[in-house]
Amino acid sequence: MNCPGTRARSRAAVLFFAFAAISLASSCARSPPAGETVLKFWAMGREGEVVVQLLPEFERTHPGIRVDVQQLPWTAAHEKLLTAFAGDATPDICQLGNTWIPEFVALGAIAQLDRYVADSPVVDPADYFSGIWQTNIVGGALYGVPWYVDTRLLFYRRDLLGQAGYASPPTSWPEWTRTMVAVKQRAGPDRYAILLPLNEFEPLLALALQQDEPLLRDDGRWGNFDSPGFRRALQFYVDAFRAGFAPASTGIDVSNVWNEFGRGYFAFYISGPWNIAEFKRRLPASVQGEWATAPLPGPNAPGASIAGGSSLVLFRASRSKAAAWQLIEYLARPDVQRRFHELTGDLPPRREPWRDPPLADDVYARAFRDQLERVKPTPQVAEWERIANQMRLVAERVVSGQLSVDEAAKELDARANDILEKRRWMLARGEPH
Amino acid sequence: MRFDRAAWWFVAPALLVIAVFFFLPIVAALLISLTDFDIYALADLANLRFVGFGNYLKLLQTPSFWQALGNTLYFVAAGVPLSIGASLGAALLLHSRLTRFKPFFRTALFAPVVTTLVAVAVIWRYLLNTRYGLLNYALGGLGIDPIDWLGDPHWAMPAIILFAVWKNFGYNMIIFLAGLQSIPEELYEAARIDGASVWRQFASVTLPMLSPVVMLVGILTIAGYFQLFAEPYVMTQGGPLQSTVSVLYFMYEEGFKWWNLGSASAVAFVLFLLIFAVTALQLRGKRWIGE
Repeated sequence: MNCPGTRARSRAAVLFFAFAAISLASSCARSPPAGETVLKFWAMGREGEVVVQLLPEFERTHPGIRVDVQQLPWTAAHEKLLTAFAGDATPDICQLGNTWIPEFVALGAIAQLDRYVADSPVVDPADYFSGIWQTNIVGGALYGVPWYVDTRLLFYRRDLLGQAGYASPPTSWPEWTRTMVAVKQRAGPDRYAILLPLNEFEPLLALALQQDEPLLRDDGRWGNFDSPGFRRALQFYVDAFRAGFAPASTGIDVSNVWNEFGRGYFAFYISGPWNIAEFKRRLPASVQGEWATAPLPGPNAPGASIAGGSSLVLFRASRSKAAAWQLIEYLARPDVQRRFHELTGDLPPRREPWRDPPLADDVYARAFRDQLERVKPTPQVAEWERIANQMRLVAERVVSGQLSVDEAAKELDARANDILEKRRWMLARGEPH
Repeated sequence: MRFDRAAWWFVAPALLVIAVFFFLPIVAALLISLTDFDIYALADLANLRFVGFGNYLKLLQTPSFWQALGNTLYFVAAGVPLSIGASLGAALLLHSRLTRFKPFFRTALFAPVVTTLVAVAVIWRYLLNTRYGLLNYALGGLGIDPIDWLGDPHWAMPAIILFAVWKNFGYNMIIFLAGLQSIPEELYEAARIDGASVWRQFASVTLPMLSPVVMLVGILTIAGYFQLFAEPYVMTQGGPLQSTVSVLYFMYEEGFKWWNLGSASAVAFVLFLLIFAVTALQLRGKRWIGE
């Protein structure tokens, strides 16, 4: 009997086989020829878009290796990497923000690279800025090769400083304070000397890293915020608000930093290398010659700043580590680094590419070159970002007057110690990192 | 008996789907909330510790959780009456025989509901801007000093409430409109013959006839407003001074930002119990009023 049900069923079966055949055919088409290795490479944001242009050259010089790039948006990258790890679907090679490295080491997700670097003619640790290189070392072993750097320093308005009687940018905190007093005096009640958005932890973190005391003590077991150094940094930060140099801005009301900087709403801004390109592009022509960059002033002399940036890592589960390492080596080559800089504006983490133009004569990048010799890694514990976020929240409460600096330092230690409880338990059980 | 069994077979697929995608995750979340599941446990399950009700006890001792709870209650207590009032008011205006261009106004008032939250949040951030915002400009015309809407901890939550009410009132308005249209015209006619004023008609005919709809809208709105998340996420990121962190926002940070799935699950269950308790109270209150 030919009832409608069976006809529908047989149609479904035909459809199923058709789909199966199509997917089989397409998977055949996509499967690599024998002997070819396909590397899965995950990269984030702008770098993910641009790196594709560097790869044809790599594939030409490395026959038998093909690179399959997947671009991740920064906002989703962390979660995607963790779910990939949970689902055993990690790539071979990945761009990783260097503050994330301790976390992925704790997971046991990424591979040690010491052996590869020791045998490499290209990756020379001595050529890398040491603060940046350090961020990739956790528990004495190397887990990443720096790809590009990111640090924070001063962007300032030369004309506003000049009008206030200062021809050159400050190099120490006392000078910085004097400059800000003068700038604020000329600026009046509606303008400010510096913008320190309260929704960013980086400015305070940079000041805190300039101190001798580490931010965590005893191998990252306990917070060390109740130290004279951190209290000094917090005091300096808070004084900028108390003295009226900085608006108590949450960052939301300054909807367009470039507009406001162009209008002279503030004269100093602590930011990173990406803003060189943005300032060139977005500031009005009238102030184009009037802004500059300078290394971050320290308590007594030019001080340290944050060793940020991204590294390239190999995943432990990868079956093509040797091929993936060749890609890391290729991307670390000084000439490739130079091209990468031209494409993205990202600053190279090693000294060699800085010796030639265009970087060698870039007036805005010069301050970064100088600063990079003085960058410090943040504490290398998986919990660091969470602690840094607490630092921001507590500092905001000091600025609003709810806490004193000393109370804040104790409060921060209490919060950090609480967050680090699991780490202490892990270390006590003998887990290395 | 056979009929019974056949019925079970028919609902089995649906039950299976509900069991796998609804009950199983809830049970799993409950179990996880009794542990300290975090990235160390993700690396190796041997690093998982059973903590019993530790997560719950710790939450109760965390000031920022209490602050999040307080913020959420503030949002619900102020936002729900405002939202229902605005919906009812708009529905009455639209229902009135005197209103012209009804389809236009109906569409215009419903429009915020179907717009993308992130897109309108950008516009609202400009409206609320301290120095260039339209709102402060208008207040300036009345001689009121500019308010730092999103930067002042006292004003950030009112700003969020204003935004949320504007975004959501159109939805309930449509439900109220349907409720109003189902009230028989004869009741009003009879009331008018008895000499009832407009206000008396509203209080003695409209409201009682509408009470089941008000109940429904109330329950849905309260449950929805307890789950405040997207508005502070796109407008203020919880700031300033944590004044717009809601319970759900707290949970999101705990779970998805810091990957402490154990305590995040505990927050989820606390919120669930809270909404459950409030809804139960509402239903009991209704029965009490009804008797």
